[in-house]
Amino acid sequence: MNRELLELLEKNARYTTADLATMLGISADEVRAEIAKMQKEGLIRGFKTIIDWERLDSAYVSALIELKITPLPDLGFEDAAKKIMQYDEVESVYLMSGSYDLTVIVKGKTFQEVAMFVGKVLAPMNGVISTSTHFVLRRYKEMDVIMCGEKGDDRGSFWL
Amino acid sequence: MDYSKKLNSKAAALKPSGIRKFFDISEQMDNVISLGVGEPDFQTPWHIRRAGIESLEGGKTRYTANRGMEPLRKEIVKYMKRRFNLTYDPNEVVVTVGGSEAIDLAVRALVEPGDEVLIPQPSFVCYEPIVTLAGGVPVTIELKSYNNFVLTPEQLESKITSKTKALVLPYPSNPTGGIMLRQDLEKIAPIIKKHDLMVISDEIYAELTFGEDRHVSIAEIPDMWERTVIVSGFSKTYSMTGWRLGYALAPEPIISLMTKIHQFAIMSAPTTSQYAAIDALKNGDNDIKKMRNEYNARRRLVVNGFNEIGLTCFEPLGAFYAFPSIKSTGLTSEEFCEKLLYSKKVAMVPGNAFGDSGEGFVRVSYCYSVEHLKEALRRTAEFVKELKDGE
Ligand SMILES: Cc1ncc(COP(=O)(O)O)c(C=O)c1O
Repeated sequence: MNRELLELLEKNARYTTADLATMLGISADEVRAEIAKMQKEGLIRGFKTIIDWERLDSAYVSALIELKITPLPDLGFEDAAKKIMQYDEVESVYLMSGSYDLTVIVKGKTFQEVAMFVGKVLAPMNGVISTSTHFVLRRYKEMDVIMCGEKGDDRGSFWL
Repeated sequence: MDYSKKLNSKAAALKPSGIRKFFDISEQMDNVISLGVGEPDFQTPWHIRRAGIESLEGGKTRYTANRGMEPLRKEIVKYMKRRFNLTYDPNEVVVTVGGSEAIDLAVRALVEPGDEVLIPQPSFVCYEPIVTLAGGVPVTIELKSYNNFVLTPEQLESKITSKTKALVLPYPSNPTGGIMLRQDLEKIAPIIKKHDLMVISDEIYAELTFGEDRHVSIAEIPDMWERTVIVSGFSKTYSMTGWRLGYALAPEPIISLMTKIHQFAIMSAPTTSQYAAIDALKNGDNDIKKMRNEYNARRRLVVNGFNEIGLTCFEPLGAFYAFPSIKSTGLTSEEFCEKLLYSKKVAMVPGNAFGDSGEGFVRVSYCYSVEHLKEALRRTAEFVKELKDGE
């Protein structure tokens, strides 16, 4: 496991193998081998792009749903979580501490679509006691990336 | 009115900074990719900013003690012990308006009219004018690229006269990125002792070293503590350039005199910044590590990039600069920078802005994102290729 490599990839999955090799002071072959190994081991789970969908006309809605669930003997919340995560509409599923059990992030094209998913799919599921839906109104920061404001460099008055 | 008769002639005679021109040109152009800026691109870590804000909310808006708040001086002392194994007492610290003021105070506290002060170059631009304004005589030592810009005992000894009062020791170096290892310092220490010199050690980049070992201060070398003024600050370590906060560490009689001058010229360093700095010292070690790792990745990218272009670059092990040689192009540093700026809109600082011995080099700051650096390297490669093809 190469922690420095992971940190660079976490920042930007699109760094080329050659650049990663230079930045880490190792060979490109080593970088390739490390990444392949970490993928195989499941340490690296995927590479995705962070998109500001709100800049497009195409509708994009997401919601955070708090679920309360009756735990099953032996399985606890595992069973419900694993069923819920199968749906394409579901972006993330987290087991939570505190006053509810699962956080489910659901995405869709419209508020209705998301609400319907919750009403038709999540709420009636076995073991679900209650749902509470919170729609996302604006994304300020997503996976470490700032989603608002313009990029700029306000330095430059002093060069020395 | 004829102001030339009114203005101080020593100040008026100071050479204007050599890079002002480039800065002005690049300001006029669009889409310039700059590698010129000598300050971090990171924001001050949020918890440090919070501490500043909270101090304002708590109404901490007055002067502090002249030499800086006691809790801050205590934290500085702990930090120096923890990170650099240096032993100071809180009354051997003065908190200043940036490392810049600490340099000024140190020079003013030590230099008598006519005293010679040794300044290794290429180095930060402020040492010479500050010495001149204090009535001292700056004596430059030309560092050599084949020594990786380390100050050698021979170079040092050759410039010492009966008038030599002090040596400015600027490592890790702006602009070269060079550092002095323990063994390098041990070689010059006996000469410093023999000639009874004082040392103004500008260690503002002490946290930014990339070799096997951490930065070693000359004050840690036997017999050197008593004759050393360490200058440091928060600007580079914690990305706090705009907070204007630094400090000096030295034996008490020197700090007392520096504080006296500071008291008349400044009163006390900014209060908000002092509160933020306490938090930085207490909770900032991890931020230093994160930023340092990021600089290190960029450093390797930049050094490798320049070497591939054929602008050879020794491995800079400190600060956040690379100092590639442009001699192979046949251009002077200024010609190179000007042409590169006009034809490819990439801005670098000519090496001779940091002293004549910087001629033949350019200073490249890697306080920029990887994407930015790659684009600058791409354009520079194009430029060098066109130069060669044009021959
Ligand atoms: C070598 C060196 N010393 C001192 C300073 C002054 O820094 P500050 O006054 O922000 O602490 C700088 C800033 O560029 C520097 O490069």
